[in-house]
Amino acid sequence: MAKVDLAQFHRAFFDESNEGLAAMEAALLALDAGSDDGELIHTIFRAAHSIKGGAATFGFADVAAFTHVAESLLEEVRSGRRAIDAAAVELLLRSVDVVRVMLERSAAGIAAADAESEALRSALAAMVGGAVVATVGPASAAVAGVAGWDVTFRPFDYLLKTGNEPLRMFRELTALGRLETLANLDALPSLVAMDAESAYTSWQLTLHGDIPRAKVDAVFDWVDGDCELAVTERKSASPAVSSTTPAAATPNGPRAVREVAANPDAQSIRVGTEKIDLLINMVGELVITQSMLSQFADGVDAAGLEQFRAGLAMLARNTRELQESVMGIRMLPISHVFNRFPRLVRDLSQKLDKKVSLDLRGETTELDKSVLEKIGDPLVHLVRNAIDHGFESTARRREAGKNETGTLRLEAFHRGGSIVVEVADDGAGLNREAIIGKAIERGLLSSGDGLSDDDVAELIFAPGFSTAAATTDLSGRGVGMDVVRRNVNDLGGSVAIRSVTGKGTTFTITLPLTLAIIDGLTASVAGETYIVPLVSIIESVQIQADGVKSVAGGGELFRFRDAWLPIVRIADAFGCAGSRRGIGEGIVIVVEGEGARLGLFVDELIGQQQAVVKSLEANYRRVSGISGATILADGAVALIVDIAGLVRQQSRRKAA
Amino acid sequence: MNDAANQAMDATQYLTVNLANEEYGVDILAVREIRGWTPVTRIPQAPSYVLGVLNLRGAIVPVLDLRLRFGLVREEYTATTVTVIVAVAGRNFGVVVDAVSDVVDVEAAAVRPVPDMGTAVDTEYLKGLTSVGERMVLLLDVDRLLQPQDAQMLEAALPAAADVKAVA
Repeated sequence: MAKVDLAQFHRAFFDESNEGLAAMEAALLALDAGSDDGELIHTIFRAAHSIKGGAATFGFADVAAFTHVAESLLEEVRSGRRAIDAAAVELLLRSVDVVRVMLERSAAGIAAADAESEALRSALAAMVGGAVVATVGPASAAVAGVAGWDVTFRPFDYLLKTGNEPLRMFRELTALGRLETLANLDALPSLVAMDAESAYTSWQLTLHGDIPRAKVDAVFDWVDGDCELAVTERKSASPAVSSTTPAAATPNGPRAVREVAANPDAQSIRVGTEKIDLLINMVGELVITQSMLSQFADGVDAAGLEQFRAGLAMLARNTRELQESVMGIRMLPISHVFNRFPRLVRDLSQKLDKKVSLDLRGETTELDKSVLEKIGDPLVHLVRNAIDHGFESTARRREAGKNETGTLRLEAFHRGGSIVVEVADDGAGLNREAIIGKAIERGLLSSGDGLSDDDVAELIFAPGFSTAAATTDLSGRGVGMDVVRRNVNDLGGSVAIRSVTGKGTTFTITLPLTLAIIDGLTASVAGETYIVPLVSIIESVQIQADGVKSVAGGGELFRFRDAWLPIVRIADAFGCAGSRRGIGEGIVIVVEGEGARLGLFVDELIGQQQAVVKSLEANYRRVSGISGATILADGAVALIVDIAGLVRQQSRRKAA
Repeated sequence: MNDAANQAMDATQYLTVNLANEEYGVDILAVREIRGWTPVTRIPQAPSYVLGVLNLRGAIVPVLDLRLRFGLVREEYTATTVTVIVAVAGRNFGVVVDAVSDVVDVEAAAVRPVPDMGTAVDTEYLKGLTSVGERMVLLLDVDRLLQPQDAQMLEAALPAAADVKAVA
């Protein structure tokens, strides 16, 4: 009858394969670190074997062919015919990367194999045959006689916001050889429509000279994934140029492929069976309690009343537990994010010639999936910064009498109702003089006198401040710490920094447990109910009409502690019908968002409650100034105020 | 497949609703439920015909008044006023109408194009018209009632329209 549609299983195959790849990577890194656990090689073999089997079943022949060769190599190791050495580990790690890209391409319906995978496949095959093969691939593709490189560099519009600056990258390229740049301004909008923070220009670069591929790649390392990048070898008269020059050989594949593959990921969630079992048990109990209560509906007498109360209490408890377990389904261990760091630290420290050991702690700490998805990038930024700028060179560590191997600690733990993630290095700490110097140069500061160490540390979060150029002379490719802070703030969290000269730097990220439930203050405005997230609230004050200053353009300011803050009247901002109260007859809630404060004027405070956040977009659309909705105890809907959005609106109004 | 079978398959059930003394048909497959009118929570920056949102078993669902959507005069809501919840392209929304009346079978062949005149509703939102006994039923194109881009366009147009009035 109906033909079984294999496509419905593809998603599960890709999920499982990616988990298998992660397991392979972790085991390979453990081998690389010198572990001689025999089980590791079995783990790697099993993962490769299942990927091969799955790929063959679902018709991804390229992936199956590639993993088959890798499996053959692993089989030799497993059966003891070959000792696993650094070269083999390196090759297998690169295979993991390649398979990952191949799977993404397959998921996107693009041919999986490319020049890079073919090169690696033959390298693996050569190793299986017994021949000793040095590392192959992009790095060695740059054989002698390269005439230069053609680079197509098309930044995604948000590239500048990640703190990267194309000009600086071009300057680095210039240091490598003669550079020709051709800018493509086609996408440039009119001045009126232009957003100063978006990137519109793309470039065609030609770099002349015999330059190793790795050096060119290194320049674009920090923008990897934030742009479309194609580096191709320049054709020269030399026969050394092979015909299999990869057209686009960024290690992670084109961004378009990533997008396609990344989106379905957000939709599915793999839940541990024990969590499901727990849920089923609880629903069972709920059903029992419900039937027990309905028996009483027939006739409640005095004797039954006590039992009835007990039943109600049980129902309340069941419901609460059920809610907690259902919320628990969304919670995933932070190891999902931490897993990528052993590889990142290994690669980065090798590249920078530093010795760094990674100390992961609290990997089982659970975080809401939505938080987990968004915390990865800020953490990667912090880890990169720590390795690049935090740790001193091996020589300097020796001079300072420290262990040559630096320790990078990534730790997650619970504190109160929050999750704390710490990124700590035992490097040199922040360089106070360099930071102050840079801040003065950037016009953020006129002099460094009287600044506490905390104030100085705070400077690196200022927009436009590049930590890279400030603390080391390594490069100008600093990732804007302001972006890290903004990303974390968007999650309702905060970033703090603690630095001790000569001892190291610790970044502490505090995050809410979940985004699905918030603590909110309910307030009424002209008969409507709004919820203000408690995390944004500084305090609520009552002010007198004569304490308010009117400014040109209809704005109002009031004095709070030692600052004048703008007042946003909710009734006006949200266009409520009905009568308006005078400023003395209501309450001003002082809130903070995006680093700025303002006063929300409401009629009355009703109380505090936990709000389950519901999306307005699911059935309607985004409404500016509103972050979502929730359902009140009486079943009515109340809207949740988007503080950051109101702050942005306010600053736009100020600018206009 | 022969023509007769084809025609049988083309018969669609419509829920008919009353609005300003005319009868409109809504494809019954798009109808999720019918509920009595209950007050909704107003949302800021919405077009005037979007009354607000209501809680549909935990989901936040926008509700629009079909009279206002079609530029008719708003009526007082009475005991017969109902909210019809419809699902279009995975999105749910409520439509407030004067009353629901009937479920009718309409064959595709019996649907005629709408002449561009004589009805209170812009023909843009109609798929066609048909007759059921003596009654004329206008078939609504629910897909077009609440389209996000439509809502945004309207919103963008509103201030401009207000400006024109102010000048005049």
